[in-house]
Amino acid sequence: MRSRIATVASLLIAAAVLSVLPFVISDYNVSLVARVGVFFIAVLGLDILTGYTGQISIGHGAFMAIGGYTTAVLSRDHDTNLIVTMLIAFAICFVVGLLVGLPALRLSGAYLALVTFALAVSVPLLPLKWSSFLGGRDGVQTSHEVSNLWLYGVAWAASAVLFVLAWLILRGRVGRAFRAVRDSEIAAVASGIELPVYKTLAFGISAAYAGVAGSLFVLANNGFAAPDEFGVVLSLQILIGAAVAGLGSLWGVLAGAAFVGLLPSVSSSVPVIGSTHGQDVVFGAAVILVMLLLPDGFAGLLTRIRRLARA
Amino acid sequence: MALLALDHARLRFGGIVALDDVSLEVEDRSIVGLIGPNGAGKTTAFNAITRLYRLDSGDIVFDGRSLRRVRPSRVIRLGIARTFQNLELFPRMTVLENVLVGAHPATRLHREREQRRHALETLADVGIAEHAERPAAGLPYGTLKRVELARALASLPRLLLLDEPAGGLNHEEVDELVGLIRRLRDERELTILLVEHHMRLVMEVCEHVHVLDFGRTIAAGLPADVQRDPAVIQAYLGGELAA
Ligand SMILES: Nc1ncnc2c1ncn2[C@@H]1O[C@H](COP(=O)(O)OP(=O)(O)OP(=O)(O)O)[C@@H](O)[C@H]1O
Ligand SMILES: [Mg+2]
Repeated sequence: MRSRIATVASLLIAAAVLSVLPFVISDYNVSLVARVGVFFIAVLGLDILTGYTGQISIGHGAFMAIGGYTTAVLSRDHDTNLIVTMLIAFAICFVVGLLVGLPALRLSGAYLALVTFALAVSVPLLPLKWSSFLGGRDGVQTSHEVSNLWLYGVAWAASAVLFVLAWLILRGRVGRAFRAVRDSEIAAVASGIELPVYKTLAFGISAAYAGVAGSLFVLANNGFAAPDEFGVVLSLQILIGAAVAGLGSLWGVLAGAAFVGLLPSVSSSVPVIGSTHGQDVVFGAAVILVMLLLPDGFAGLLTRIRRLARA
Repeated sequence: MALLALDHARLRFGGIVALDDVSLEVEDRSIVGLIGPNGAGKTTAFNAITRLYRLDSGDIVFDGRSLRRVRPSRVIRLGIARTFQNLELFPRMTVLENVLVGAHPATRLHREREQRRHALETLADVGIAEHAERPAAGLPYGTLKRVELARALASLPRLLLLDEPAGGLNHEEVDELVGLIRRLRDERELTILLVEHHMRLVMEVCEHVHVLDFGRTIAAGLPADVQRDPAVIQAYLGGELAA
């Protein structure tokens, strides 16, 4: 009971801080924190897949690309309401995720990682193949741009909605089935859990979240979708975010999203002697450091602190 | 008619014949022991019944229905639940959640609160209610065995397959287990097929014993008769059973 009150209280505090924040920080910082919201959704989505069902994906940038192009193309061609394009991106990526989940049924560990990696590499190449529709190298521009404040509000509102949705899905029977599959496939099957159903379902949900993140990612990029924006690095960033997050904690996902959302811009101001890629060096070093210090991610750290506080 | 029947079941792994023309029947509401030396094919028989392994030939019939075309995840819905020789728990879930997963097929129809109440009752029934909120990882072995038992019971099975329920338990725990198995059968109107090396347990709870050696049936009958059977004593190298 006490823990439930604590959870609700921390949720309310997070919501309160986030709703006041844009009015006290600069417009540039609003855009940065909005970016964190975008990554929050992507990391949350990946956390559902890796954290709950134990399936790995190095390809979530591909789902973000699909979501992002959905928004950009619909806006360019039909001037569709941007929020509506996000819902469509959610639906399309859910279906694509289910389909990707099918081969995943036969694969696990390193093989699944490779398949999803191939996805991360190949999907951003599709716009080059269908360049008349998807803009080729020149990319696709939405019909209009949005303000930083609009982006901030929509990104965090979507984060809140998707967080509650994840909670509703995961708290009961389905969440238990996901975790059972992760912990022991044999025992899960013997308990009547249909592996194909739950494994593909997790992929679908996870991809749908990445799709919405992709839509917002394009809007955060001045409404511009281009192949280079959705490279392999993006997939790795989400993976790193999920690793930093650890399993199943709101604060963990926030920390993971902040880590990958903010670090590139923070580290770009750090000079690294003799390197033109100072930013990448700092980012890489930070990732290694965090992984060494927090093997169970931020969520694991919180658990340890709580245990210490009790003892 | 028997609730479960293996009918000339045959299964091989490469050169090893794990089940060699095994036929056995388990009567409704009986407790039957499946015994034999290491590698005799006992666990393989369980894996065949639960459809993790596919028979090369022969059949398995449960409640008048062949299991040959039943998917592994459907077995529990027919009323067959099992435990595992080397524990197959969900270590990162709580004890209560482990049991709730055991009730997965039934839980679609019930409210979460009802499911939890039922799972807690099941835990109390096997005597580990106080561990409900603990993560399964890190609990003592004997407790984990009970968690698996509770998980299997949560689906309200008709047939319970227990793979070495006494494995790793001390003397007192085995005594408790004898009482528990009998009580579960009586109260829940269960049929139990159990694999066990612990002969005292087998002799005390089983009404019928089936002995395998190298995948073949070498004896079957009342516990006392099987215990005296020269082929059985030979298979166990004249050890354990005679003592
Ligand atoms: N998946 C498998 N692949 C190959 N061989 C197997 C497999 N499962 C079992 N076997 C072999 O089949 C034979 C029977 O094994 P099984 O596990 O059924 O024995 P058991 O009677 O349960 O023995 P124990 O008392 O040691 O548990 C053994 O020779 C074993 O090595
Ligand atoms: Mg065995």
